[in-house]
Amino acid sequence: MEERGARLERLNQAAGAPAVTDKASLEQNAIVQRLRAWDEKAVAEASEFRGELTIVVPREQLQRAAEYLRAEPGLQFDFLSDISAVDRFPMEPRFEVNYHLLSLPLRQILRLRVWVSGKDPAVSTVIPVWPTANWHEREIFDLFGIRFEGHPDLHRILMPDDWEGYPLRKDYPVEGFGT
Amino acid sequence: MTTVETAAGAAQTMVLNMGPQHPSTHGVLRVVLELDGETVVKARPEIGYLHTGIEKSCEDLTYSQAITLTDRIDYLAPLSNNLGYCLAVEKLLGLEVPKRAQYIRVLLTELTRLNSHLVWLGTHAMDLGATSVMLYCFREREEILKIFEMVSGQRMMTSYFRIGGLALEPPPGWLERVGRFIEMFPSRIEEYEKLLTRNSIWLMRTVGIGILEAKDAIALGVSGPTLRAAGVAYDVRKFFPYSSYEEFSFDVPTRTECDSYARYLVRVAEMRESLKIIRQAMGKIPPEGPIRTDAPGIIPPQREKMKTEMEALIYHFKLFTDGFAPPPGEVYQRIESPRGEVGYFIVSDGSPKPYRVKVRAPSFANLQALPKLSEGGLVADLIACIGTIDIVLGEVDR
Repeated sequence: MEERGARLERLNQAAGAPAVTDKASLEQNAIVQRLRAWDEKAVAEASEFRGELTIVVPREQLQRAAEYLRAEPGLQFDFLSDISAVDRFPMEPRFEVNYHLLSLPLRQILRLRVWVSGKDPAVSTVIPVWPTANWHEREIFDLFGIRFEGHPDLHRILMPDDWEGYPLRKDYPVEGFGT
Repeated sequence: MTTVETAAGAAQTMVLNMGPQHPSTHGVLRVVLELDGETVVKARPEIGYLHTGIEKSCEDLTYSQAITLTDRIDYLAPLSNNLGYCLAVEKLLGLEVPKRAQYIRVLLTELTRLNSHLVWLGTHAMDLGATSVMLYCFREREEILKIFEMVSGQRMMTSYFRIGGLALEPPPGWLERVGRFIEMFPSRIEEYEKLLTRNSIWLMRTVGIGILEAKDAIALGVSGPTLRAAGVAYDVRKFFPYSSYEEFSFDVPTRTECDSYARYLVRVAEMRESLKIIRQAMGKIPPEGPIRTDAPGIIPPQREKMKTEMEALIYHFKLFTDGFAPPPGEVYQRIESPRGEVGYFIVSDGSPKPYRVKVRAPSFANLQALPKLSEGGLVADLIACIGTIDIVLGEVDR
């Protein structure tokens, strides 16, 4: 029993370890500091979970911040792996859009996040910064109904063009609306 | 077939649908082509024909149940997707996997890479007219599938990796079988190379075809062999090692010619590197030891214990009725699949079902480069371009 107790203790600690590091140490993070030094308002929030850094930028700042992150020596996030949206329905702002960035020269990673309101789900495109964003943004438009302003070719990509609704939203049932 | 007037008025281009039913599109891909005679002026890939809503379905399953869907994303590399998903959930939970299971995972994912590259080589060569290569490749692939069947009971949709380790103890004699395969395989690679590498028709069809330079490849988010054939040595196994890859010594083959032939050479070289890794893994796997981590409430208890211990029975019951609940948070786990960077982004809200599962499919990003590869070339070379980026439509559409 003792052994089991110790085992459970260990597991609880693993699961309950302070997943989010304290704010003070995050402020010391080089990427956060650089962004703050560049523009005081660029970092709305920063958090870390399981060693992955997430920086939330205000929606209006996205394209500028993206350009800075890609071009600035010492950051050089030249590879956009993925863009993923998450629907936090019924929370407001409702959507988060996550940009998973990778710097090939410096081998560092970063998750950039913007919050998008459910009433006016729109965010500016990052195609001028990372052309690969084209299809990723179309996919999010298709499945979540978030518009990407400035996107040259924004229409559905996976679902048929005449599909109604946005399947990955949380208020869209898994079974779909009756057929 | 319709003809449209171009802006200039005099010259006419033709708009042609290639696919969705076309044998060389490797699944259900449609490419809308604008042709000026034999020259491709514009190529626009249209996707979505295989969209099955896997990401949405995952939200309605427990973490363990969702593994079976990951097989079906990239049906040529099911174990790579199993691994990516399991690693992501393990990261979310903060679980350590026993070394023995990690090495077995490495061995099997490298076999998966061989399996996938063999299908690629066979179909790509067949697209370009070298029909016999496919028969050679599928002969060896059969051996790999037999190993998968022996280990997991399934040839393709293995679901063999589970959260915290493996589904079952591999059967006795499986390593000998792997050993026999890797003894035989190097001579088979030589056979393929004899058929193709200096074959003048093969050279004419691939050298200088489908140029994709490094800066375009990076901008378009292209990864895997397609990126490495443009001289960028990005391999997740080296950049962000997972599942003990840091303990293995292997090279990352790159070329700088950026064409279809370079991508062929990179993939063939990768097969040899995979063999190296498999050989090392065989030496590392201890004959005995746990294949699953010990985490009550997350990992199913051993069957023996379940029959004799009350506690194990309760865990078993809880696990298979409710599942387990990771702490709230989100992780992004990347791995190197045969086609490039597979990423699993999993968001947990503290319930037993994932709040969101997003799959970063390498084929999805790589296919975006098709216009870059093919525009300005001949329509016959478009076939080489589709083949050379090695897409799996199941993964593109998910």
